[in-house]
Amino acid sequence: MSNKVRVIRGLDMVGLGLLVPFVKLATGEAPRTQAREILQSVGLPVLAIGAFLLAWSLLASSVETSIGSVPGPIAVATEAGNLVADHRAERAKEAAFYERMETLKLKYAEEGKPWKDRRYSGKPTYFDQILTSLKTVFAGFVLASLIAVPLGILCGLSDRFYAALNPLIQVFKPVSPLAWLPIVMILVSALYTSADPMFEKSFISSAVTVALCSLWPTLVNTALGVASVDPDHMNVARVLKLSQMERVFKIVLPSALPLIFTGLRLSLGVGWMVLIAAEMLAQNPGLGKFVWDMFQNGSSQTLAQIMVAVFTIGLIGFALDRMMSFVQSLVSFDVAPAKA
Amino acid sequence: MAFFELRGVSKSYGSGSQRTSVLADINLEIREGELLAVVGFSGSGKTTLISLMAGLIEPDAGHVLLDGAEIDGPGPDRGVVFQNYSLLPWLTVHGNVLLAIRHVHAGRPRQEQSELADHYIDMVGLMPARDKYPRALSGGMRQRVSVARGLATDPRVMLLDEPLSALDALTRATLQDEIEQIWRRDRKTAVLITNDVDEAILLADRIVPLRPGPGATLGPSFEVALDRPRDRTAINHDPTYKKIRAQVTQYLMLVGRSHRRAGRRSAPALPDLRPLDLGPPRSRVVR
Repeated sequence: MSNKVRVIRGLDMVGLGLLVPFVKLATGEAPRTQAREILQSVGLPVLAIGAFLLAWSLLASSVETSIGSVPGPIAVATEAGNLVADHRAERAKEAAFYERMETLKLKYAEEGKPWKDRRYSGKPTYFDQILTSLKTVFAGFVLASLIAVPLGILCGLSDRFYAALNPLIQVFKPVSPLAWLPIVMILVSALYTSADPMFEKSFISSAVTVALCSLWPTLVNTALGVASVDPDHMNVARVLKLSQMERVFKIVLPSALPLIFTGLRLSLGVGWMVLIAAEMLAQNPGLGKFVWDMFQNGSSQTLAQIMVAVFTIGLIGFALDRMMSFVQSLVSFDVAPAKA
Repeated sequence: MAFFELRGVSKSYGSGSQRTSVLADINLEIREGELLAVVGFSGSGKTTLISLMAGLIEPDAGHVLLDGAEIDGPGPDRGVVFQNYSLLPWLTVHGNVLLAIRHVHAGRPRQEQSELADHYIDMVGLMPARDKYPRALSGGMRQRVSVARGLATDPRVMLLDEPLSALDALTRATLQDEIEQIWRRDRKTAVLITNDVDEAILLADRIVPLRPGPGATLGPSFEVALDRPRDRTAINHDPTYKKIRAQVTQYLMLVGRSHRRAGRRSAPALPDLRPLDLGPPRSRVVR
């Protein structure tokens, strides 16, 4: 296989198919066709984004609120720059703190005084909050997958098991995270009472809420994938006299894998959406808390900062989805695997 | 005593008034080392017949006996080559064959199992495609893998369910020759289901027609007394070949016609329409 084909296949797999015409153009393959494709796959979206920004800035300046006028795209971009600058400044302060501590430590050691390490306790920056959010959503997502995949396999394998669980699934599936959260928070404070907790309670409450809301797509898709194994493949298993365990691991799971990953991808999407609401109420120091704090604080930058958060949430959600789609294409046998 | 035997086997599907009998009172004796072809119209219950032999479905009445003992469900002693290949798409050619070997030669070391898989892949001439996935293979290649997998369990009986019916004529001819060659090597007992009389004559020792269903039964058997290896071009001029072909075809047409006649009674009467002339439609003619 040529390098070009490999590059194109790789781009397709990570969901950057719109770069494919550029690669083809660079290698001089049918320039006119590529130009038309680029115009369509890049030109049109750019046009739409431009129209959106224009409409936004025109409408924004005409609306007055109690905390000043609605910020336009430029104000929001400036605010994003400020958040980055804040982050840099905070990191510099932190580095300076630890440097000071090092010299102090040496001095204490010289004077023979006992030394106790101290941690920097500055406020979390915007990037720390993003990181917290990502950690929380992954914790919830892993928890949800650990519950949903095995349950889904059981549902798919046994009609009776599915019939028994189905009413519960249908009832709990549409419940909002805002309804789960108070219950989860009360339960977490009642049950998670370690003297030296490894995780914050707010983190656990948010993660559990994310898990509760995001396990359903995985559960349902896993059950569907397992239940719809090609009967011919099951006949192969029967002729070879595979044991029940071997049937599950060698026939059922591999053939259900594409649908399981479809479920996981949907679950991660739902989890990310739910997370922001959960963090707002649970006060988990992530993006949700950032939005809530900005709303409470009501300064002239409030709206711009929340809008930065909105775009951040959107872009991260998009990146997570691309990532899952890439993993999905790795395990799926109906499209080309990475090494072929 | 027959090696592989069907005794008074019948099978119906559905229940109540929807119940239709597919096979009725099937009696068949297959000798050890014989390649028997069952020829029939599509929809006459051929796949049901082979599923019964494989043990994938159970007969309503009668017995399926292998070496005098009643079969107990499907098992690797009766290898099946499915009509639609049934390869596992997430395994390579090697992986598909290895899956079958793992379960029959479970005690052997991995290395030996892998070599054994290669041996069967080589037998069907697919070593160049050893590490390819089924989706990258043509229909003929897929069916070769399926044959290799069927042989890999070293079954006592091979059951071939219309293995070549989905292939184009050229691939079909090549694979017929290959199957004949492979079969000649160790003369394994085999049942070939087909709707192609020529294919049956070229490959089989004996041909048994399946009369069209519902309630299909087997017709008289026709011995194919032709020397092997059989050459597909030379055989066309062989008088024995012509005779068998005429006999089998005639028999099938006869039972087919009487079946249609029997069926016509219940069919709605169609209007007897005939075109007045075969010229172009008048309105279309431009003057």
